[in-house]
Amino acid sequence: MTALLLILVPLIGGLVTFFVKQESQAKLWSFVVSLVTLAAMSVNLLMHDEAGRSFTAEWLPMLGSSFALQMDGASTLLCFLTSLCYPIIFSSTWKSSYASPNSFYGLMLLAQAGITGVFLAADGLLFYFFWELALIPVYFLCSKWGGEKRIAVTFKFFIYTFIGSLLMLVGLLYMYYQTADASFSMQSLYAVKLTGEQQSWLFWLFFVAFAVKMPVFPFHTWQPDTYEQSPTAVTMVLSALMVKMGLFAVIRWLLPLFPDAAVQYDNIVIGLSVIGMIYASILAMQQDDIKRLIAYSSIAHIGLMSAALFVNNESGLQGAMIQLFSHGVNVLGMWIVIELIERRFGTRKMSELGGLAQKAPGLTILLVIVALANVALPLTNAFIGEFLMFNGLFKFNIWYAAVGGLSVILSAIYSLRMIQKVFYGNENILTATGADINWVEKASLAVIVVAIFVMGVYPKPVFELTTDTVTLILGVFK
Amino acid sequence: MKSIIDLVYLVPLFPLIGFLINGLGRKNLSKSLSGIIGSGVILASFVVSLLIFNETRAEGFIATTVNLFEFINVAGLNIPFAFQVDQLSALFLLIITGVGFLIHVYSTSYMHEEEPHHYARYFSFLNLFVFSMLLLVLGANYLIMFIGWEGVGLCSYLLIGYWFKNTEYGNAARKAFVMNRIGDLGFLLGLFFIIQQFGSLTYTEVFSQAEGMFKGDAIIVVITLLLFVGATGKSAQIPLYTWLPDAMAGPTPVSALIHAATMVTAGIYMIARSNILYTLAPVSQTVVAVVGLATAILAATIALKQNDIKKVLAYSTVSQLGYMFLGLGVGAYTGAVFHVMTHAFFKALLFLGAGSVIHAMHHEQDIRKMGGLAKKLPTTHWTFLAGCIAIAGIPPFSGFFSKDEILVHAFAANPVYYVIGLAGALMTAFYMFRLYAMTFRGTFRGTHEQEHHLHESPWQMTMPLIVLAVLAIVAGFVGIPELFAADAHKLEHYLAPVFKASTEIAETHHVEHSTEYILLAVSITLIVLSILYALNRFSKKPETGEAEGFGKVLANKWYVDELYNSIVTKPLNGLGAFTNRFIEKSGIDGIVNGVGKSVQWGGRQLRLMQSGQVGSYVLWMVLGILILFVITITILK
Amino acid sequence: MPINYYIILAVALFSIGVAGVLTRRNAIIIFMCIELMLNAVNLLLVAFSKMHYANAVAINPSAIAGTEAQLFVFFIMVVAAAEVSVGLAIIVMMYRNIHSVDVNFLNRLKH
Repeated sequence: MTALLLILVPLIGGLVTFFVKQESQAKLWSFVVSLVTLAAMSVNLLMHDEAGRSFTAEWLPMLGSSFALQMDGASTLLCFLTSLCYPIIFSSTWKSSYASPNSFYGLMLLAQAGITGVFLAADGLLFYFFWELALIPVYFLCSKWGGEKRIAVTFKFFIYTFIGSLLMLVGLLYMYYQTADASFSMQSLYAVKLTGEQQSWLFWLFFVAFAVKMPVFPFHTWQPDTYEQSPTAVTMVLSALMVKMGLFAVIRWLLPLFPDAAVQYDNIVIGLSVIGMIYASILAMQQDDIKRLIAYSSIAHIGLMSAALFVNNESGLQGAMIQLFSHGVNVLGMWIVIELIERRFGTRKMSELGGLAQKAPGLTILLVIVALANVALPLTNAFIGEFLMFNGLFKFNIWYAAVGGLSVILSAIYSLRMIQKVFYGNENILTATGADINWVEKASLAVIVVAIFVMGVYPKPVFELTTDTVTLILGVFK
Repeated sequence: MKSIIDLVYLVPLFPLIGFLINGLGRKNLSKSLSGIIGSGVILASFVVSLLIFNETRAEGFIATTVNLFEFINVAGLNIPFAFQVDQLSALFLLIITGVGFLIHVYSTSYMHEEEPHHYARYFSFLNLFVFSMLLLVLGANYLIMFIGWEGVGLCSYLLIGYWFKNTEYGNAARKAFVMNRIGDLGFLLGLFFIIQQFGSLTYTEVFSQAEGMFKGDAIIVVITLLLFVGATGKSAQIPLYTWLPDAMAGPTPVSALIHAATMVTAGIYMIARSNILYTLAPVSQTVVAVVGLATAILAATIALKQNDIKKVLAYSTVSQLGYMFLGLGVGAYTGAVFHVMTHAFFKALLFLGAGSVIHAMHHEQDIRKMGGLAKKLPTTHWTFLAGCIAIAGIPPFSGFFSKDEILVHAFAANPVYYVIGLAGALMTAFYMFRLYAMTFRGTFRGTHEQEHHLHESPWQMTMPLIVLAVLAIVAGFVGIPELFAADAHKLEHYLAPVFKASTEIAETHHVEHSTEYILLAVSITLIVLSILYALNRFSKKPETGEAEGFGKVLANKWYVDELYNSIVTKPLNGLGAFTNRFIEKSGIDGIVNGVGKSVQWGGRQLRLMQSGQVGSYVLWMVLGILILFVITITILK
Repeated sequence: MPINYYIILAVALFSIGVAGVLTRRNAIIIFMCIELMLNAVNLLLVAFSKMHYANAVAINPSAIAGTEAQLFVFFIMVVAAAEVSVGLAIIVMMYRNIHSVDVNFLNRLKH
């Protein structure tokens, strides 16, 4: 039942939001809806309610598709991430004001329903349905509330991901016709026996769709532009949650469906990912806009995760699992800080900022913590994941780990450069006017900081949660 | 029965609590309170360390592992959050908390001009620094060590950039962190090799398996070399040493902490801890020894021509660390650890003394503008002199015993090491007494205002100086060489269990007593001569101008920073700019946009057909029909 | 008479019709050319109908093969008549509005 609630609550809540015209009420209502979702998820986790983690209902029987939802370890983790992030997003952007707030918050909640649906769907067609459903609200959010170049950028983003989706649809339909019982259900699709040749081209149809979403080098160019142009609340959804859709889809669909092709092409995928890590890190060093910097740094981190998913050993996979969550939390923290800076000073350019540490020490401390988590310092959550992923990569091939490891150094370079340019040094005319953050913003960031340290020091619960997914994937490969 | 060993977690816990209190309450704490909390927690740690040390001195004490909780247990790799207490870690605990405490006390007065919340921030960072270092030495496996390893890197970053308004200081802090990170990557890769080879990171398991392997095994050579890369970053050896001299951008007590008690000794500790691995890899040992020796000489030459009081000390640290690595490289593990200990005392002393001078001189650090301070700052003067004698290596001061032990072992391994090492030692004596003479002897060369304000520092600053001076003088007696008295080397006896396995495997080079006497006599004579020369020369005629000729090369640190800048930093930035402009924007994004543009272009071309002329539509229609007709009768026949 | 003559005649008529539609600008003449094309087709239909009927009767005297084509011709004639009435109405309206039956006046489909 929880599984259904996680989709229904934001869906209905979002539709209702469209009719709440007043801004403060729309904010409050959407915040409450996201809290209810979080409560449902937390209760499920605390009660260890295994039964509530799956749900089946009739949907399109003539197509052999049912409304089947199922949470395994990875999706439980990601559903929790989604339900945790939304209240934080809403509370941290409380002070930001949007034109026609009812549609803004309504679309945000609809996007939540779509994203959660992707994480839950255990039916091929349903998965595709949610995959697109998540995209549509985000498209409107970016194109209506975005920056100056929003139309062109959003159009590019939409076309890019949509082409990927269509390729996946073709592959999915082909798979559907191969099933024994003409069904889209996950079990039937898993059971399809494919020849090596079929696997090869189907693999690429699916992979491109997921690679665009993640994004993996060289399919990434939509991302920095889109992050830059979107309103920050939407950027948070995009980078903390939507990129996880691509990674999660690899875990739930790509690897179990085409294990032979995954092994066959592992060097290409990992090679691209490792190139992407270094490439994006080098580009991150060149950026002046903080949003673009974080966008590139995010590409570098995602590169490591996508590489780790293909190394075919437990260490890499477990690392990727925990990193799915950690990256979401950390990057959300970064965006919150950027949102706070932009709202105060009206700019995101590092060259125009400086000396914030004097006026906003609280903000500085929180940013430093989040940035250090971003560079995977030990005892922060990202370290656990990166350590295990690099270890997995090392087991796969020493040189990938060595080359990819350079990104550890580069990440330190660009993160510290950002901290220094924005927070240290002397104040200028612009930054002298700033004020420190208030308690609501502090609380939002405090949740993230707590999550960073708790998972960094005691990651065991996460490992226990995701063991089943890891076992499943490793089992498929054997 | 619970022994104090089980409470070892208290040692790092106290500084952590101090960090949290000072960090979270920095706006509400008064200065004196945050000073008391900051120093008090370290004192508490010191007391616990002392009790633990007392336990480990017992005959037949066995290394104990204290498990705290499960940290990572994935893929057959079990890494608990556990501490290991043995003689080595207990000794380091004492050094860290002991010297650390004195530095904290000193800081309460040194940093007194800071605003309360910055003052509390300073102490919280200091506590965190000690916490990280304690984790580093207490960990029972390489991962916990790595946590501390990166932790001290972070803390040095935070403290070097403590005065964050100054961009120069910020750059120095970044440089320290990034250079450390380069080393850390090597260390991390070393860990992965260990995992692959031994399936564990726990010391006891790794070492017991390693003992069964044969000497010179390639995998162990690789592991030890990679770990050493980490050590070069953390302990400032060639090629990653340039951050340490810049690190003096931080407040002076921080330099004392970095150079003496924490951080730079991490690399020494790591190799001493992994001694069995290094003993099994003679190639790596040679590399360690050569790099150490080269660093010792290089840094000593640079120190000859520096005019910033802290820079001289910084390069002397780099040089002394080189000696420690030389000791590790020739298998003198005890000697290296011994030198860590004595160096911690006299280098902390020297830095704090320098701090006292800088304090008195109102933040003037250039020794060309000092001179004749001996009368005005008597306590600082005498304690500083003690430090100089100790570092120069005059018996019976502590530096003599530890440095001599390393040099004798170096001689046994290869006389060339000894000769070069001795040359470095002479330079050390020379530049230290150049520093001493230019600072305390001769006549005052500063402004009148400075002279008017010259004063001895308050007791919070002089007390640590006196304690450290006493330690710098007497600490050597725990390691009296066998030459003078049988079984008088208490430290060697104490540490013997840690290095037991290595001692069994290593080939022992024995040096005849007669030879040893000659070596001692030669080195002492030369060092005394060098000191006298320096004193004589610089007391009377201090160098006040800029260095010229070859001296200029030395004063500019062999232009290594410039070299790194032109072979690493600039190309990297160039590559970044090139990638950003050409590959990303014109290349990849160009292709993507090109696809979109070509579709648009195609559309525009097709649009021309849509002319709006009824006639042309009909013509197209007729042509279409004709084409279909042709296709039908030719292809579909 | 061989079927070839009918075909040649029909193709000739049809081509004249096409050429007329493409080249003339007077709406009435274009209209007539369209009728010409329709009638070319009608001619063909009738000719083939006759040919098939003759062939079938030669084998089986009671056969009625090929007669459907003549039905089509009637259909086409009816449709053509309807078309003409609508088309002429349009032309009349056009003339009333722009005092011309030149189709180039209608080159406004683009806008």
